[in-house]
Amino acid sequence: MIGVGKIKQYSNVLDRPLSKGKQEVSLSAFAFLFSELVQYNQTQVDNIAELERRLEDAGYAVGARVLELFCHREKGNRRETRLLGILSFVHSTIWKVLFGKVADSLEKGTEHEDEYMISEKELLVNRFISIPKDMGAFNCGAFVAGIVRGVLDNAGFPAVVTAHFVPVEGQQRPRTTILIKFAEEVLAREARLG
Amino acid sequence: MPPAGPRSGDAIFASVERVNAELFTLTYGATVRQLLTDLEEVEEVNKQLDQMGYNIGIRLIDEFLAKSNISRCVDFKETADVIAKVGLKMFLGVNATVTNWDAEGTCCSIVLEDNPLVDFVELPDTCQGLHYCNILSGVIRGALEMVSMKTEVTWLRDMLRGDDSFELQVKLLKQVPEEYPYKDDE
Repeated sequence: MIGVGKIKQYSNVLDRPLSKGKQEVSLSAFAFLFSELVQYNQTQVDNIAELERRLEDAGYAVGARVLELFCHREKGNRRETRLLGILSFVHSTIWKVLFGKVADSLEKGTEHEDEYMISEKELLVNRFISIPKDMGAFNCGAFVAGIVRGVLDNAGFPAVVTAHFVPVEGQQRPRTTILIKFAEEVLAREARLG
Repeated sequence: MPPAGPRSGDAIFASVERVNAELFTLTYGATVRQLLTDLEEVEEVNKQLDQMGYNIGIRLIDEFLAKSNISRCVDFKETADVIAKVGLKMFLGVNATVTNWDAEGTCCSIVLEDNPLVDFVELPDTCQGLHYCNILSGVIRGALEMVSMKTEVTWLRDMLRGDDSFELQVKLLKQVPEEYPYKDDE
């Protein structure tokens, strides 16, 4: 049962200095861990949608923490309050620190005003993943979509974020597009701010 | 051609692709949190983390052998040294030392100076029984099993529980003789 145990904590995590975030682990270590995360979640669901939702949830938890950490470390406790500001923060700052590079592209949806897309030719989490045929459109990028949603939501920009494979001409592997659809209130606020 | 001799942990770590440790740390945290929500019992979470580690260990050993160029260790002492100096370094980029050998040379402690799994982590009162890093002991157990060593790996000290370092006890239970599953003419 959660709730047993007598040993008390001695060192307080907040008393320790915040690391600069320059430490690294091998890509394999991350890939092994991520693979276990996906495999474990596969045992907990009976369909693809549910699996993506669970990966997204895990990512959301990461995103929420990343926002807090980066705003504190990189921006002196300030965060972006405008739509384009926060999008470029995700596309540039967050991508650069988490994945070692700026995302390949950030575009505005052509059909809908409230949609934006971040695309990546080879998303880090999809590097060593091949999707079995019977799993259809499943995309492990759901984890990254969750990170993006976690960042946006906690910064005051609620949105629905999903990951999709998009075939690229002349390339064997599709790229992954993270589709961000902002909530109505976000666009209304943007319009008001002018 | 790969270099002839075994490579040091530092050299391998410098040459492999790496990712930001915070992404790794936070992803691990999200995993543990998901397990706590799903399984509810801390003991079950410990078990599941160990199992995940084991699954990783049995796969990771191949990459370890391929990249490190290390041949068979002469004894368990050398094995423990290799885990501490090469294995942990090449995957997690951390340094570790081996101490507390018993007289038979079958049981020792691996002490971690640094542990990327636990950055930002504090165990709440409700999770005091949790072995947060249990995945790591599973990895070592799984990897050693693939090179014919049955071991028992347990946490003796854990900084999240107020100790001054992380100490993993690795105990060699038995050395399994290698058996070839196939006959020569098959």
